[in-house]
Amino acid sequence: MTQLPPAIQLASVSRHYLMGESVIRAVNDVSLKVPTGEFLALLGSSGSGKSTLLNLIAGLDRPSSGSVIAEGQDLSKMSALELARYRRQTVGMVFQSFNLLPRMTLEENVELPLRLAEVDRSERAARVREALERVRLEKRIGHRPSELSGGEQQRTAIARALVNRPKILLADEPTGNLDSATGESILTLLREIQKNPGMTIVMVTHERTLAERFADRLAVMGDGKLVSNGDRR
Amino acid sequence: MKLHDLSDLAFRNLREAVLRNSLTTLGVAVGVASLVAMLSLGVGLQQLASSRLAKSGLFDSIFVTPKTNLRRPGGGPPATRTPDAKARPLDADARTEISRLPNVIEVYPQIRFFTEVRYDGKPFATMVAGMPESSKASGAFDGMQGSFFSSPNADEAILQAEFAKELNPQTASLIGKDLVLRYAERQSLPAQPGDPAENSGGFSVVPREKHLRIMGVVETEPASGFGGFGTGRLLIPLPLAETLRAAQVNDLRDILRDSSSDKPAYSSLTVRVKSPSLVETTEAKLKELGFSAFSLLDASKSLRIFFSVFDLLLGIFGSLALAVATLGIINTLVMAILERRREIGVLKALGAADRDVKELFFVEAGVMGLFGGMLGTLLGWLIGRSLTLGTNLYLHRQNLPGVDISSVPWWLVLGAIGFAVLVSLAAGLYPASRAARLDPVQALRYE
Repeated sequence: MTQLPPAIQLASVSRHYLMGESVIRAVNDVSLKVPTGEFLALLGSSGSGKSTLLNLIAGLDRPSSGSVIAEGQDLSKMSALELARYRRQTVGMVFQSFNLLPRMTLEENVELPLRLAEVDRSERAARVREALERVRLEKRIGHRPSELSGGEQQRTAIARALVNRPKILLADEPTGNLDSATGESILTLLREIQKNPGMTIVMVTHERTLAERFADRLAVMGDGKLVSNGDRR
Repeated sequence: MKLHDLSDLAFRNLREAVLRNSLTTLGVAVGVASLVAMLSLGVGLQQLASSRLAKSGLFDSIFVTPKTNLRRPGGGPPATRTPDAKARPLDADARTEISRLPNVIEVYPQIRFFTEVRYDGKPFATMVAGMPESSKASGAFDGMQGSFFSSPNADEAILQAEFAKELNPQTASLIGKDLVLRYAERQSLPAQPGDPAENSGGFSVVPREKHLRIMGVVETEPASGFGGFGTGRLLIPLPLAETLRAAQVNDLRDILRDSSSDKPAYSSLTVRVKSPSLVETTEAKLKELGFSAFSLLDASKSLRIFFSVFDLLLGIFGSLALAVATLGIINTLVMAILERRREIGVLKALGAADRDVKELFFVEAGVMGLFGGMLGTLLGWLIGRSLTLGTNLYLHRQNLPGVDISSVPWWLVLGAIGFAVLVSLAAGLYPASRAARLDPVQALRYE
């Protein structure tokens, strides 16, 4: 059986910020490999650098040093335009506070990445419906986010992240704003999604118990460093 | 992002803060309205002046004189000139030949003579002028009491108001009444034996009378066509004036210059062409025929220059309000960036490039400009119409004919809307690039 190349490969990645005269080392010399199809949970306390690391993998931020290679593409060498295309086509993002646009319906929110990717109008409706069916919200297609529960909003956000059929799904505290039962259902959904061959998931969380139940591997960060790379469970 | 998607998102965003965006759009509309109102006045006044001048025949007329005429326009002071011995006479043959030139619509002589008018048994001395049929369209007879001549040969007269008041202070009561024109008819004398063959005899003057019906009273003294039929206080149809063969002021001079004969020779002819643009070529042809010719084309050019400068100044003043409106657009969009900071972050996280964000704000600015431009053009047109209405009310009270002082041609409509969009896009430049430069990580953290 041939070994698949890692979906994500971080080599000595650092992200430093200047705050006045002091240097904040948000991510400090982190090396990490995430194999294709793995569900990795990135654990750590608040301010440990896990969200910064996720932003680097998402192409929302650039490392101060080191390289971030995702799906064979070195993000540190990409132009702003190439990074935007990478965010559109290769990764999907889910946030703690859902980040749905309140004046848009579910359908329109999920359609947004398709608009950005300039997908033909004729194809969009089917793709949106397919994504909403995956998160079992096809019946709420015309509702606005304010008419949904927290769990439903997060499922909508997951549908939006998946609609462009990315290879990597990045989730930043996806259960942070949800009660434990709803959080569990969201992670169950992520696990279902991961069953799609080739889908890699990196989830930032501070809820170790849930992470242990659903993730393939747990990596722990502390003070910007990778404290534990974790073993594949 | 595709344009229709950009437009759709832009409209949504504009609807989201509908009051603020409407007020900003209204600001643009007021700016455009002031610009359109100012320019519509400039254009309207220019059209009014041009049409009045075109109607007056000043710019489609050529003044033709024989080269023997020492008083012809151009060519230095009369005292320094010498008559051209071989000059072609400006007689009936020449008139026929000129009238056959291409683009010539009318050729008429200037006929003016002193006369005594008898009305109600009393004598009145005055000057008679022959009016060509085309003078009806000159605008000079607009708002006259009564009507123009019923036909080109009718035994009818129109009185200048001041002269009419001498006849009867109630000028309206003159219309339909008859008067008697007493004038001196010129009759040629046979050549005397011993005179050189080319010299004709002199002429005698015979007193005549002509009964004319008063058709109307005109306020201003018609002066259509320079050197034309102005300075007459009793106006009669030109063909009628010609058949009267009345002795004119120039006759004595002509006889001294041996040109007097039974065959009518004119001291000058006014040639009207189809449009001012044809004046130059016709003038050249007239000169080729051996006559002196003069036109007022240069004066028309000066008028165009004057109105161009006038329009420019009006445009600058009108644009001031639009300049203030652009500040409103900048303010609105900068506020929108602050409010939509997180949304911009989301868009970028979903894959929007800086260019997409920039274009989105650009389209929003453009849409405000488009709607502001359309509304402003409508408002500007209404202001122009109101000004015309007000002016006409005033003119009506002064018993003067109405005028159209504002005009919004298509080029102004399209130009104003286009300018509003352009200015709005320029105003959107800074906010759009600021939005595009937002750091997505910072923007996503924004509460």
